[in-house]
Amino acid sequence: MKINVRQREGVTILDLKGKITIGVGDVALRDAIHQALDAGAKHILINLDDVTTIDSSGVGELVSSYTTVTNRGSKLKLANLPPKVADILQITQLITVFDVYEDEEEAIAAF
Amino acid sequence: MPTESSPFHLTIGSRFENIELVHAVLADALSAFDLDEESRHWIDLAVREAVANAIKHGNRLEPEKRVEIELEMEHEDLVVRVRDEGEGFDPGDLNDPLAPENRLRPNGRGIFYMKSFMDDIEYRFRPGEGTEVTLRKRLGGESESDRVGTDASGNPVDEKET
Repeated sequence: MKINVRQREGVTILDLKGKITIGVGDVALRDAIHQALDAGAKHILINLDDVTTIDSSGVGELVSSYTTVTNRGSKLKLANLPPKVADILQITQLITVFDVYEDEEEAIAAF
Repeated sequence: MPTESSPFHLTIGSRFENIELVHAVLADALSAFDLDEESRHWIDLAVREAVANAIKHGNRLEPEKRVEIELEMEHEDLVVRVRDEGEGFDPGDLNDPLAPENRLRPNGRGIFYMKSFMDDIEYRFRPGEGTEVTLRKRLGGESESDRVGTDASGNPVDEKET
């Protein structure tokens, strides 16, 4: 998985691309979240538009990201969920745990 | 339709990067079946979970320990078997990942994934010979796992949007 980090209107946006899967993608996401928090990010948006596969470890890392960011007093939102990722968050009943938005603009406006 | 060449038997070392090898071989094998892209995706995810469990929990990330993956047809069922060299576990000890107290746990969703995306999963423990998980997908008629949304026992609770 590749992660591109950018800033927009005070929000740190992580553009995830590829597979969030055990051993590689989950570790990359964890590192990116910690780096953003260490850099002082208060508002973090994960853009899932180009995610093709998310296994249970990837879902677990999203949950860890949410709890880590929240415990540090920052806020995390998700945007642009591909249908298969949305299905996964639905069946794991995590869709209501996360703040999920249709697109980047909507998510940024909601911080 | 399945072809003579569609079944396979693959043995890998216990490294997570080998899951991509399994994915590639499985994708090639599944292309011989009359399955849409979405069905292939869910089967791939279930097999990924079985192999990841075998590597992590079964073989405890010891790279010299082997994981065997077999795919074959049994009547109208697509059957994938994944074997490790571990000591086994009690499925009854697993937590329900949908229970409110477990919802924010980072682990414990692997078997739930398998139950959600396949029609049946079965574990077999052989003393001294590791654990075998059998994943079954019914290809004839409507498959129960065509409906996304299951309870902790893998029973469907909601229709998948199409």
